[in-house]
Amino acid sequence: MLRYIVRRLLISIPVLLGITMITFAAYNLAPGDPISAMIDPSVPVAPEVLEKMKEDLGLNKPVYVRYVIWLKEALRGNLGYAYNSSTPVLKKIGDRLPATLALTTSAMLLAIGLGVPLGVYSALRQYSALDYVLTFFAFVAVSIPAFFFALGIIYIFSVRLGLFPVQGLRDPDAANQVLDFLRHLALPATALGLERIAGFQRYTRSAVLEVLGQDYMTTARAKGLPERTVLWRHGFRNALISMITILSLNIPGLFGGAFVIEWIFSWPGMGQLAVSSVNMRDYPTLMGIALIGSTLVLLSNLLADILYAIADPRIRYT
Amino acid sequence: MNDRDDFQHLDERERRLLSSRDTPLKRSLRRFLRHRMAVIGALVLLILGLTSLGAPIIAPYDPAEVDVTAIKKPPSSAHLLGTDYAGRDVLSRLIWGGRVSLSVGLVAAGIAVAIGTVIGLISGFSGRWVDFWLQRLTDVVMTIPTFIIVITLVAVLGPSIFNIMFVIGIFGWTGTCRLVRGETLSMRERDFVMASRCIGASPLRIMFRHILPNVIAPVIVAGTFLIAGAILSEAGLSFLGLGVRMPTATWGNMLTNAQSITVLESMPWLWLPPGLLITAVVLSINFLGDALRDALDPRLLNR
Repeated sequence: MLRYIVRRLLISIPVLLGITMITFAAYNLAPGDPISAMIDPSVPVAPEVLEKMKEDLGLNKPVYVRYVIWLKEALRGNLGYAYNSSTPVLKKIGDRLPATLALTTSAMLLAIGLGVPLGVYSALRQYSALDYVLTFFAFVAVSIPAFFFALGIIYIFSVRLGLFPVQGLRDPDAANQVLDFLRHLALPATALGLERIAGFQRYTRSAVLEVLGQDYMTTARAKGLPERTVLWRHGFRNALISMITILSLNIPGLFGGAFVIEWIFSWPGMGQLAVSSVNMRDYPTLMGIALIGSTLVLLSNLLADILYAIADPRIRYT
Repeated sequence: MNDRDDFQHLDERERRLLSSRDTPLKRSLRRFLRHRMAVIGALVLLILGLTSLGAPIIAPYDPAEVDVTAIKKPPSSAHLLGTDYAGRDVLSRLIWGGRVSLSVGLVAAGIAVAIGTVIGLISGFSGRWVDFWLQRLTDVVMTIPTFIIVITLVAVLGPSIFNIMFVIGIFGWTGTCRLVRGETLSMRERDFVMASRCIGASPLRIMFRHILPNVIAPVIVAGTFLIAGAILSEAGLSFLGLGVRMPTATWGNMLTNAQSITVLESMPWLWLPPGLLITAVVLSINFLGDALRDALDPRLLNR
């Protein structure tokens, strides 16, 4: 198992290198350079001074040399500084990370917590009226744009009913900070989770149906095990295995979805930072987000694969 | 951008159960949900497609025409869906916006399907190390957090309609690739492929003239879901201001100003119609794709 984890981590390295190379190359092809962002365009500057500034910042070196320098520094934990700001990129992202993790984790928990039981129900009561209602709900949930759904629930639950705050992470004046945080979290987590609740409902349904038809289920019943044991010990555990694959396939989309949701709810996470950095053309910050975001996704995928191995003892990793 | 294969849920065994546990109520519910929804979906798409094509004739106003005398006016007989903050007619913008949203969906999905089909065919047909490395490439693209790269590329390339189509397309091909590769692997061993080899057909000819027509059905189904995904992606990007920019109208960027609470609270005509339209289109495409899967999947023929 340890060897498997180590090998997976080693495979992640070229992936990360690839992603950072693509983004680095892209940013260097972008029009405009940091020098022109630093100088005041109304004041004439001698070309020699511009050259000197470029040399000081290392911008006259070829792109691949600069990439190697960036990579070396990144390995030491230095992701550089954001444009027009003295905050190190790493600190900027580090400040945003907990909010993003809180949002994505709770959306995922919501998706699993609601989607899996509903899916099991749908499979066990196949073609019941509720199964059809859930199928229809799933179609709508994957079809509605997340940001439109978010606007809708803000309109209903915040603007009209006043049950939840419209945006932000917390209200410093609130008496109970934990409760206040949960109130702030409720709407964004629901908006991010909706599509995935539907996804898990569908996947669980088909996974359970698949398992129900297997011979070992008949065997378990034939040897007189109580129905509950048959379903949960023999059925659910086997269905779980294919659902974990779905979990890891969902992770990149989860982080992508968080970009939009954070923006709408002014949730101070990495996604909101990314969108505002694009608008300000703050490339060092975007590089950092690409690196750390991709690392997070790859680590979550690895975690899902480890869960997979725990759930399915037949899998032997060598 | 997500794989939208959420509805691969009907297998043969389900269908057997279906016939054994059928009641009239369930049967009608099922028919309603399966086929009628797809028919309604097709109708919705046809109408929206035609209005988009006929936008210059149908739209009552010029979508970019600013009218300072009618700013943020609620729906009236002059402006059926009201006007936006620049006095532009919302209905006309919706009709023109459909052109952008639908064509981005079609082109982006087309790019993704084309790349996925070609790589899948080559991978499945060649086998050995070509297959190995192409599949590793697919693995890598699958793990890439697409949205981060898409935002990067859009920031660098600039937000134009073509760039959006291209960027959404080049990351959406992995599902199709896996699908085509799998089908190709089994086709490769069939007698007709052996026969074409024997008469000296080139690998390219075998791949595109003999295997491709046999794997096209699942590709069409996957392509349908890709269109739905691409429309959602474009809407999301345009909503964030990273996609197609004003004054060109798309359904996504028409929702952008609903980020202000005043618009959200008191001007529903600005944000409800485009949001409902995106939902309606994507829902229709998903229903259609599901019905197509039932209709086209040869494994479901004997039901």
